[in-house]
Amino acid sequence: MSDSTPTTGSSLVKRGLADMLKGGVIMDVVNVEQAKIAEDAGATAVMALERVPADIRAQGGVARMSDPDMIDEIIKAVNIPVMAKARIGHFVEAQILQTLGVDYIDESEVLSPADYVNHIDKWKFTVPFVCGATNLGEALRRITEGAAMIRSKGEAGTGDVSEATKHIRTINREIAALRYLSPDELYVAAKDLQAPYDVVKEVAETGKLPVVLFTAGGVATPADAALMMQLGADGVFVGSGIFKSGNPAQRAAAIVKATTFYDDAQVVADASRGLGEAMVGINVSDLAAPHRLAERGW
Amino acid sequence: MRIGVLGLQGDFREHLAVMSTLGAEAITVRREAELASIDGLIIPGGESSVMDKLSRTFGLAEPLKAAVASGLPVYGTCAGLIMLADTILDGMAGQQTIGGLDVSVRRNAFGSQRDSFEEDLDVPVLDGGQVHAVFIRAPVVESVGPSATPLGTLRDGRVVAVEQGNLLGTSFHPEMTHDYRFHEYFLAKARARAAG
Repeated sequence: MSDSTPTTGSSLVKRGLADMLKGGVIMDVVNVEQAKIAEDAGATAVMALERVPADIRAQGGVARMSDPDMIDEIIKAVNIPVMAKARIGHFVEAQILQTLGVDYIDESEVLSPADYVNHIDKWKFTVPFVCGATNLGEALRRITEGAAMIRSKGEAGTGDVSEATKHIRTINREIAALRYLSPDELYVAAKDLQAPYDVVKEVAETGKLPVVLFTAGGVATPADAALMMQLGADGVFVGSGIFKSGNPAQRAAAIVKATTFYDDAQVVADASRGLGEAMVGINVSDLAAPHRLAERGW
Repeated sequence: MRIGVLGLQGDFREHLAVMSTLGAEAITVRREAELASIDGLIIPGGESSVMDKLSRTFGLAEPLKAAVASGLPVYGTCAGLIMLADTILDGMAGQQTIGGLDVSVRRNAFGSQRDSFEEDLDVPVLDGGQVHAVFIRAPVVESVGPSATPLGTLRDGRVVAVEQGNLLGTSFHPEMTHDYRFHEYFLAKARARAAG
């Protein structure tokens, strides 16, 4: 028998869980009942939070990490991985979430930032982190800080998918652009992206991020989810879109089907039938700049 | 040699890439018709409860059982091992499996993600013997029935790799470590069957 001891918290293990979530839907839930509905509908993971983004938006105030009791209850209630959100830069909230045994921490712009300069040093944690990004440079800065998974930000809590579309297209376009650069041009590309040269070079060589890329923010229908997948997302986060709709259980299951068969219009069409009211939504263009969550984080 | 990878959810693209690297024609399987044309099937890592649900919703569960019963070589990693187990412990209420492996598998046997780990194992049937294995919210083979054979164990003796005829299952993810010996071992079964 070999003499190696088990290693926890390695990049392979952290990034690996995100690989297992691929092709799936991660759903925001605020209580045990919603978590069970999400699990029954085929969610690959749930995101436990106190208020979905649409309510954070409507109610205002400072949005923080959820109550540990509520997170505990959700961890006990479901078998699938449980994620939870910490404020940007709030490493103590992250320490608490790791202690609670959540499977992934989302350092999220949906909550009120705790630090307007620094993000969390995510290398210090055994639990993996997912972070939002609106473009490639932001994604690579988060990966440099230790993020094991990236989600394009979109504009959470709106039901307007246009920002999610913009962000995934931007990230993919910027990756594609790197492929055409000669090695000596990558130094300037790294400067322009405000990201370390080594990781920029890696992306230029492989043509993809070194971690899994999901998309988030404004996904409300099966067609939205399939759109994200066709645009190259590895999977989708659905926040307010499910539990702010008329028939959450049915809509959740429909979004799961559309995510798996994203390239089959017949399946997506069938999944889109009879779902009742989608969340009402807000057009991102009607949001005043201070209320645009995607602009939090840098 | 055409190998299908069940593509309902999970890291199926990694398995497709390994199969292509090893010279097999690799196709994604999401429908019954795609099952008919393949010489072997890989069930990837992912969420076993999601794969179970989608396979039943889209009419794939029964054809998968029939394929296993007919002797199709099938390799399951992590969630795929769960799908191949005759008995599942700690599954979701109502969770079903394709079955075929005479084993009981405990889902998510090591705890939450912070307990996920890498460890070296001895797997005597493979060339070189030792495997660096990655366990991610992994299942463990809790009991092995008389028809199945353990291939690898953790240092505490728990079984994490098993085979039975044309079926092969691992709790861990060789597709993530660029170690293709398990995939080659599986391909040998597929080749032997195709040769009749």
